[in-house]
Amino acid sequence: MQKIAIVDYGMGNLHSVTKAFELVADGRAQVELTADPAVVAAADKVVFPGQGAMPDCMRHLEESGLKAEVLKAAGEKPFFGICVGAQLLFERSEEGPTDSLGVFKGQVVRFPPDRMIDADGNKLKVPHMGWNEMFIKHAHPLWAGIPDGERFYFVHSYHFAPADDVAVIESAYPYRFAAAVARDNIFAIQCHPEKSHRAGLQLLQNFVNWDGKA
Amino acid sequence: MPLAKRIIPCLDVTDGRVVKGVNFVGLRDAGDPVEIAKKYDDQGADELTFLDITASSDNRDLILHVIEAVASQVFIPLTVGGGVRKVEDVRRLLNAGADKVSINTTAVTNPEIVEAAAAKFGSQAIVVAIDAKAVDADNSRWEIFTHGGRKPTGLDAVEWARKMQQLGAGEILLTSMDRDGTKIGFNLPLTRAVSDAVDIPVIASGGVGNLQHLVDGVTQGHASAVLAASIFHFGEYTVRQAKEAMRAAGIEVRL
Repeated sequence: MQKIAIVDYGMGNLHSVTKAFELVADGRAQVELTADPAVVAAADKVVFPGQGAMPDCMRHLEESGLKAEVLKAAGEKPFFGICVGAQLLFERSEEGPTDSLGVFKGQVVRFPPDRMIDADGNKLKVPHMGWNEMFIKHAHPLWAGIPDGERFYFVHSYHFAPADDVAVIESAYPYRFAAAVARDNIFAIQCHPEKSHRAGLQLLQNFVNWDGKA
Repeated sequence: MPLAKRIIPCLDVTDGRVVKGVNFVGLRDAGDPVEIAKKYDDQGADELTFLDITASSDNRDLILHVIEAVASQVFIPLTVGGGVRKVEDVRRLLNAGADKVSINTTAVTNPEIVEAAAAKFGSQAIVVAIDAKAVDADNSRWEIFTHGGRKPTGLDAVEWARKMQQLGAGEILLTSMDRDGTKIGFNLPLTRAVSDAVDIPVIASGGVGNLQHLVDGVTQGHASAVLAASIFHFGEYTVRQAKEAMRAAGIEVRL
């Protein structure tokens, strides 16, 4: 049976991510929440979540001794980044001076206060919190069965600004931004599929079924 | 199209059961938390909020079991509040499966907890609950009340909301204290004053009796989300009906 490791480096509530993967795996994959680099190394697929401030996440990842194994996994097996876990895959973030993993080229930037105005002139709240639409920019196997424009649950104040053409899903707040990026065996998403009801569970199920080919 | 406005059913929980009262007295049993949570999830609720109103500290841990059970079956955001006094309480609720923890009385008596919890778990996980009511005849000045609305604090609600944002709150749950359980609608001037004063989302709560009240909370109160309990618990309206009413009023919703 395939093994899916959910990387626990001490940042945030991983109960829901684990329960959601267990539900969609439905006995066809062994889902393990782990802080052990050896378990990550032995897994067939790796889920890399993260919550809180990006510099704290990076520090915890380094202190946990999991960084090297996470980087290795991102280089070779089906890999799913969520929220700050996804942000860490970029080179750096405006949230702090720490270098992050640099798997994707580009930065993580804050929603700029001067642009947070909607079409009617109302001020938009930051964090971007709630259900927003997901638009398909490039078709991807993990988005199978999810309609264009489906809503997912977001909560974040920073978003990816990829330097390369890796965005597969975009959302808008108020401008278009990359909500999910993908390349080869990696898929990384800003919002919370584990909190996004049926469509979110569909995405996780697609990852369970995925062969890692874009 | 913009971000959807959220509808959040609220479950008051005591000793592991959902209850609803009027003005914080006269509690009526409304059912099993997991069954109710699943029902709202099916109806399209955007989030769920649990307020633990358990009086006895002996039974406080029951809420952890409730959250664990709900979080294993319902995959939408869960907020839990009530009786949160220490950063350790926040940690335990998040570990049980809550996505956000709401801090109320303790934020007033010890504002540093908001700062410490936001630094530790991220602002996205920290909601500050503000219970406020008008302290003047023309409903233009509002004060914070604690201990279920019984204890005045002398703190101005709008100023307090700003301060909580500065300390790291990710969201404000604003209850119109003089409206709670009355079914006459939110205190709209209060809701609007607080929503306009902060950059973080504000959830309007307290006093919802019909679907127009939910609409008003967004269009007139400028709330990012609206919270209601009894109109859903006793089957007067479904969450879906509430969303249809909001959409008919031109509000963006997830349907």
